[in-house]
Amino acid sequence: MTERKQSHWITDIVDPETRTWEEFYRNRWAHDKVVRSTHGVNCTGSCGWNIYVKEGIVTWEMQVVDYPLLDETVPPYEPRGCQRGISFSWYLYSPLRVKFPYMRGALMDLWNEAKGKDQDPVAAWASIQNDPVKRARYQQARGKGGFRRASWEQVNELMAAANIHTIKTHGPDRIAGFSPIPAMSMLSYAAGSRFIQLMGGTNLSFYDWYCDLPPSSPEMWGEQTDVQESADWYNAKFLAVMGSNLNMTRTPDCHFAAESRHNGTKMVVFSPDFNQVAKYADEWMPVHQGQDGAFWMAVNHVILTEFHHQQQVPFFLDYQKKYTDGPFLVELTPIEGGFRPGQLLRAGRLERYSEEEHGEWKFLMWDQPSGTPKMPKGAMGQRWSTKQGEWNLLLQDGKDDSPIDPALTMLGRETEQVQFDDFADGKTLFRGVPVRHIRLADGSSVPVTTVYDLLMAQFGVDRDLPGAYPKNYDDATGVYTPAWQEKHTGLSRENVLRFAREWAHTAELTKGKCTVIIGAGINHWYHNNLIYRAAQHALVFCGCIGTNGGGLAHYVGQEKLAPVASWSAIALAKDWVSVNRLQNAPSWHYVNSDQWRYEKEFKEYNTVPDGSELVEGHCMNMQTRAVRSGWLPYFPQYNENPMQVVADARKAGAKDNAAIIASTVNRLKKKDLRFSIEDPDAAENWPRVWYIWRGNAIGTSAKGHEFFLKHYLGTHTNAIADEVAEGTLKDVVWRPTVTGKMDLVVDINFRMDTSALYSDIVLPTATWYEKTDLNSTDMHSFINPLSAAVPPCWESKSDWDIFKGMAKTVSELSGKHLPNPIEDIVSSPLAHDSIGEIAQPHIRDWMAGECEAIPGKTMPSLAVITRDYTKLYDQFISLGPNVREQGLGAHGVKYPIKDIYDRMLETHPTVMIEGQKRPSLEEDMEAANVLLHLSPETNGELAYRAYEFMEGRTGLPLKDLAEPYRGIKYTFKDLLSQPRRVLNSPCWSGLVDEKRPYSAFTYNVERMVPWRTLTGRQSCYLDHEGYLAFGEHLPTYKPTPPAQVLGDLRCSKREGKTLALNYLTPHGKWHIHSTYGDTERMTTLSRGCDPLWLSEEDAASVGLKDNDWVEVHNDNGVVVTRACVSARIPKGACIQYHATERTYGVPKSPIRGMKRAGMNNSLTRIRLKPNLMVGGYGQFSYHFNYWGPTGVNRETVVYVRKLGQLVW
Amino acid sequence: MDIRSQVAMVFHLDKCIGCHTCSIACKNVWTDRKGADYMWWNNVETKPGTGYPTKWEDQGEYKGGWIVKDGKLELRLTGKGKFLQKIFYQPDLPTMDEYYEPWTYRYEDLFNGPELDDQPTAIPISKVTGEYIDVESGPNWDDDLGGSALYARNDPNLAAMTEEQRLQLLSIETLVMFYLPRICNHCANPACVAACPSGAIYKRGEDGIVLVNQNVCRGWRYCVSACPYKKVFYNWSTGKSEKCLLCYPRVETGQAPACFHSCVGRIRYMGVLLYDADKIQEAGVRPDAELVDAHRDMLADPFDPAVIESARRNGVTEQILKAAQKSPVYKFVKEWGLALAPHPEFRTFPSLFYVPALGPVTYSVENGIALNPTSTDEIFAPLDQARLPMSYLASLFGAGQEAPVRYAMKKMMAIRTWKRAVTVGDVEMQVALDGLREADCTTEQAEAIYRLTSLCNYEDRFVIPPSHREQAVEVLTNPLEKKGAAGFGFREQPQRGF
Repeated sequence: MTERKQSHWITDIVDPETRTWEEFYRNRWAHDKVVRSTHGVNCTGSCGWNIYVKEGIVTWEMQVVDYPLLDETVPPYEPRGCQRGISFSWYLYSPLRVKFPYMRGALMDLWNEAKGKDQDPVAAWASIQNDPVKRARYQQARGKGGFRRASWEQVNELMAAANIHTIKTHGPDRIAGFSPIPAMSMLSYAAGSRFIQLMGGTNLSFYDWYCDLPPSSPEMWGEQTDVQESADWYNAKFLAVMGSNLNMTRTPDCHFAAESRHNGTKMVVFSPDFNQVAKYADEWMPVHQGQDGAFWMAVNHVILTEFHHQQQVPFFLDYQKKYTDGPFLVELTPIEGGFRPGQLLRAGRLERYSEEEHGEWKFLMWDQPSGTPKMPKGAMGQRWSTKQGEWNLLLQDGKDDSPIDPALTMLGRETEQVQFDDFADGKTLFRGVPVRHIRLADGSSVPVTTVYDLLMAQFGVDRDLPGAYPKNYDDATGVYTPAWQEKHTGLSRENVLRFAREWAHTAELTKGKCTVIIGAGINHWYHNNLIYRAAQHALVFCGCIGTNGGGLAHYVGQEKLAPVASWSAIALAKDWVSVNRLQNAPSWHYVNSDQWRYEKEFKEYNTVPDGSELVEGHCMNMQTRAVRSGWLPYFPQYNENPMQVVADARKAGAKDNAAIIASTVNRLKKKDLRFSIEDPDAAENWPRVWYIWRGNAIGTSAKGHEFFLKHYLGTHTNAIADEVAEGTLKDVVWRPTVTGKMDLVVDINFRMDTSALYSDIVLPTATWYEKTDLNSTDMHSFINPLSAAVPPCWESKSDWDIFKGMAKTVSELSGKHLPNPIEDIVSSPLAHDSIGEIAQPHIRDWMAGECEAIPGKTMPSLAVITRDYTKLYDQFISLGPNVREQGLGAHGVKYPIKDIYDRMLETHPTVMIEGQKRPSLEEDMEAANVLLHLSPETNGELAYRAYEFMEGRTGLPLKDLAEPYRGIKYTFKDLLSQPRRVLNSPCWSGLVDEKRPYSAFTYNVERMVPWRTLTGRQSCYLDHEGYLAFGEHLPTYKPTPPAQVLGDLRCSKREGKTLALNYLTPHGKWHIHSTYGDTERMTTLSRGCDPLWLSEEDAASVGLKDNDWVEVHNDNGVVVTRACVSARIPKGACIQYHATERTYGVPKSPIRGMKRAGMNNSLTRIRLKPNLMVGGYGQFSYHFNYWGPTGVNRETVVYVRKLGQLVW
Repeated sequence: MDIRSQVAMVFHLDKCIGCHTCSIACKNVWTDRKGADYMWWNNVETKPGTGYPTKWEDQGEYKGGWIVKDGKLELRLTGKGKFLQKIFYQPDLPTMDEYYEPWTYRYEDLFNGPELDDQPTAIPISKVTGEYIDVESGPNWDDDLGGSALYARNDPNLAAMTEEQRLQLLSIETLVMFYLPRICNHCANPACVAACPSGAIYKRGEDGIVLVNQNVCRGWRYCVSACPYKKVFYNWSTGKSEKCLLCYPRVETGQAPACFHSCVGRIRYMGVLLYDADKIQEAGVRPDAELVDAHRDMLADPFDPAVIESARRNGVTEQILKAAQKSPVYKFVKEWGLALAPHPEFRTFPSLFYVPALGPVTYSVENGIALNPTSTDEIFAPLDQARLPMSYLASLFGAGQEAPVRYAMKKMMAIRTWKRAVTVGDVEMQVALDGLREADCTTEQAEAIYRLTSLCNYEDRFVIPPSHREQAVEVLTNPLEKKGAAGFGFREQPQRGF
């Protein structure tokens, strides 16, 4: 049968003869090779892809669907991958691809001329740098086109010359490297950071700078971020989504939420606009932007009232005792009219515990049966005690192991009036709190209460205590009532009640299966830590942390690099150098790009209590104090070359490292040697050379982009803001404006993005389909490989090979210029997970004479190390001896690898370095295998050893967690055949055994291992003196600063019909940050630009129609784009999805003299939050990307008007 | 009875996240070339909205699909006899304005341009002319309610609604959106096939995939007009029409089509439907109100011996019959009544069905304070307080009838409530069971629906009928020879000699 009539006009054809043409489309589908890779793009996706190669050309990509199933009761991970990822192949052969090395023509001319005169490259570079006219010539050409193709040889020589000149003249710490998010392609990151750390340069952080770090996580949990993998959403029975547009940003994970709903889960979405994920919800809460915290404060008020007080849910109260600092005793400080909450009462102050080691870092609970205060185990004091095995959550007394049954409340005792802050209305109020008096060793007595009682009072729970408690839920003047929050959130009190009751009831019935999915929509606000903490408390109060189906699911940035221990050893060159220069980028950019110059006292926009000098003055005062006190790092270190500092100390007679350090401290005390941060605009304190790879540091990642152009690059800028800081500064020198601090900016890229466009040198890198690398994420628990479907196209190279090549040229040139080993003094802040976290029980300033200047205690640690630049290449390509001797570790966990290192000399490729055989890192594949071989997450034997170590610390049995995995060892080839799931590891807080989804803190809750916080418990109460001073010791609400105090519109004028709008820049649909947005696919599916979304009402009021061109401006800069007028946007706000590029489709700006308009960061300027700078105190101790102020930008306000004239 | 086999599809809109990954999977493989660049065989639309090409649903303008005339089905476009009179001029084709002019950017300027006194930027240029273009439309212009005043307000489905309902859909307090991914429906009664003057379009006998024979097509473009879903496109470079081919090279090798495979929301299902071709004509002339039922009635029970018998007679293989019995599409459409064809009133009988999306509850706003007005204590709000008016969905999926849409949504909500009772317990079990019963659903069915919605694996979503290519090849050549010769091509011999 060849055909079948279906009707008189429609025929079904079967006959193959008439269908031979069908080969036409079959031929298209045919292909030659399929290769597994993924995308290294900080989307957190880590999606496995098959890359199709046909006739030697990559033609398309499709998702892999072979993830091992976690469990039959949880939906599978297949397929993962979104509209952006599936577009990637466009880049490989596109006209946007960087195919060759490029150099700015103006620089190339100067370089050739200098080299012509003087054959020595270092001298040639010096001759350009020493001539202000020449320097200005190429600096002013930055971003103005005029690129010329260069050879690898030429650029390598120039970069090596610049490195060596900088090391000799200014110091290696003036060489900075920026690359974000190692997890997305960890070897490519490691290539550059290894090179820079071996040189003694400075690596800039990213997670905090991107504002992806939620400071509330270290605040409450001592953890950078640890969250459930997305499959665990499925186990939640209540999903609250806030500031996270799952469809857009968690595209491959979103289905778990939908599938959970069909399993009976309720989902509520908070968002000011009717966004994409709202479509998915049972309820959309149209909350006013940035006000989610007020809602959650009221939710907590209801939860505590109804589920902790009126009804006392045993599960909730028991959880508070075991896993939170709720029962810990807090000393009350007398003030006029009553008391203020003070610090936790230290066990060492009691007679019974006065002999305790680190008694200042051990704390007390009230034991009900014995009627005495007792000192539980598990606090920082026990963590760092000489006697090991007491760092656990067992409710036992640290002195005699007697059991503790803690009192959560002192209710029934006497009551004192305690002062609380109401920042919303700018007042304080007194509320009755039950207290008890505790006799101290010195014979005196102090009033104490519990953290739990303070929380009850803070949230205004009516427990029949006297004082300014709200009358009832409808009391709108009573702070944190359902009625109170209405004016802030725009949501009714009934919504709060419904939500809180459903939430808590669900948690009660399911033992904590409530989840908050939260993201950048919250985390980019100035007071993000407070909004987060408000929601985190609703989780903690209902026992939702540390259980499958519960928790805070924060996904902003791909921060989870699973095999962190081995990776950090390689990436930071710890195998060769013992100390690193790791810089928190928010502070670095705030200071060096001079954004601090454009603001006055921080009190203008940060609501703080009166009474402490800490909360006075300019943010730079706190910033400089943080550096000299060892709270935060800062490089450049000193106003002299640190290598010269050592040489001078030697010359003056210092015989050993201790003497060099003593001499340096002495010079600092005498102010003969100064911290660079005290005079950031002096030429000797500028950063000089900047390497950028895997990121868009001058574009997307440049909050205050126009200030970068001005102060770093010395080229054109559209900023018109005035510099106003003079007169508000205490410890910082004020100088006239400086432009063009950077001598050399190098960008390594596969596409011409904004950073490349503004760099002096652009190096062509291999794409994600052209190299070997590894990728991990917190969204799922697999490790994915990147691998080469085709070789690096044109003249591109992998990042590993690029930096290896640089290392080689530096080593070669050093033979003449830096032939001998040189000593360097390196400054490091007091570190989290080190004894530095119990360094400073109180804030004392050695510079003000309040204490001695003691490195590692009252000021940064100092170390002297030796660098041999002629060996840079050898060190780069081999795994050095330090890891063999010292073992590996992370997050306070350690494990030995000596035998494994030695075995690798037999089983892995090796190189000979100075007569010693070393495991080879010469090829990226070799490095990948070393990395996989040496981490607990990928080598079960090491997981076993790591748990064994933790058994010693905690005194708890833990090795069983690794027992089943001891024989498992992954290789890169294993990953190529199928994604592999990470193993249980004490470097992380979740567990993956029993095939269940990973969920953070299950290790802590189930195995009684402490959180890495002051008390070892989840910290509801933050008793650091800085937090007390800033009024953030308890969860609280602070208002969004109004536009007029932010200073974004100080110099800007309304010209023509103009709107003033809050400028929101959430993650977008058509890009992952700035990647993909410039592709033909994404521009076609969007509108050919990143339009400004605004409401119909606002648009109509200034005569704007859809797709009209608009000019969006403020003091910081200008954006010209199209209007997208939409009914789903609320009045008063506008949205431009973040990470736009200046490289395509950007017209000129009439309001800025017909200069090319900028990108979304042209409208931003950062403001740092000072209390996030404190350190040396429990979880408030520095760790790279872990702690410190973040680069917030959500408060930005702009003027919007119709564009007058369209000029390209 | 004339039972045939059709590869059919379900898109679960409640799970759709509007990401467009499907669109690009398709574009990468099939339409990333000159003349095809504006084609989106798979696209995703925001509803309410006007879609792509603009207002494709408005047959008053485009004259697509079938109408009933004198009790018989007739192409709306025109009777077949009149085709030739208009063959060189067709007023009913979408123009470039309704599609868009494809564009790119002059990226190379960033590398090659001289040093300027200001920053260079890559300007937009037309992919048709190579000249500067002022970008004013695209294939997804109104994504996420972009330009809602111009697009959402002109959604043809709004015509079926009251003024109050229309206002509800366009004001932030009450509005809603959802996504509608669209590919060729591979209809049982395809208007494009009927309209082609060259006979270039056909349904494949073994799987019902509708194809435009690229050797036979003469570019008359009647298919473009006749398809009420505007899923046939004219390639301005080759002069031939092209359309979604349901990735037959993949389907023939047991793989889901690219857009199905790549659907990261996991909303897509594929499986065989058996239908009775004898019923098409009769079903096609039924009044609008009966179309959903008539269509379902046309779909045959794969377990019915008479159906199996007829299918066998038509050459449907045992393996295809087995696939039909395991078909997820059959379950969603026929057994469970959850999936509905788009615009049944176009009378083409699509092989693509949609499970309608649930939406959030409507809030009321007073004095700037938003309130969930649901009076009940139930954890999930009643269906009638959903933001998406039933009348809108009825226009899209019910030929104006609310009943089939309501049936599907009520069942979905009843299952969610029942699962809540099982997994949490804050809904009383008896209440949940009563709800299931009222929704015409047993607990067994509820469990099956939940599993296929939530826990589905690749092989659960895609039950692809095995294709016997060796038998097709055998008609032309020995399969063993094909094994050795496949890929060398057979239509063009290489030139020999000098």
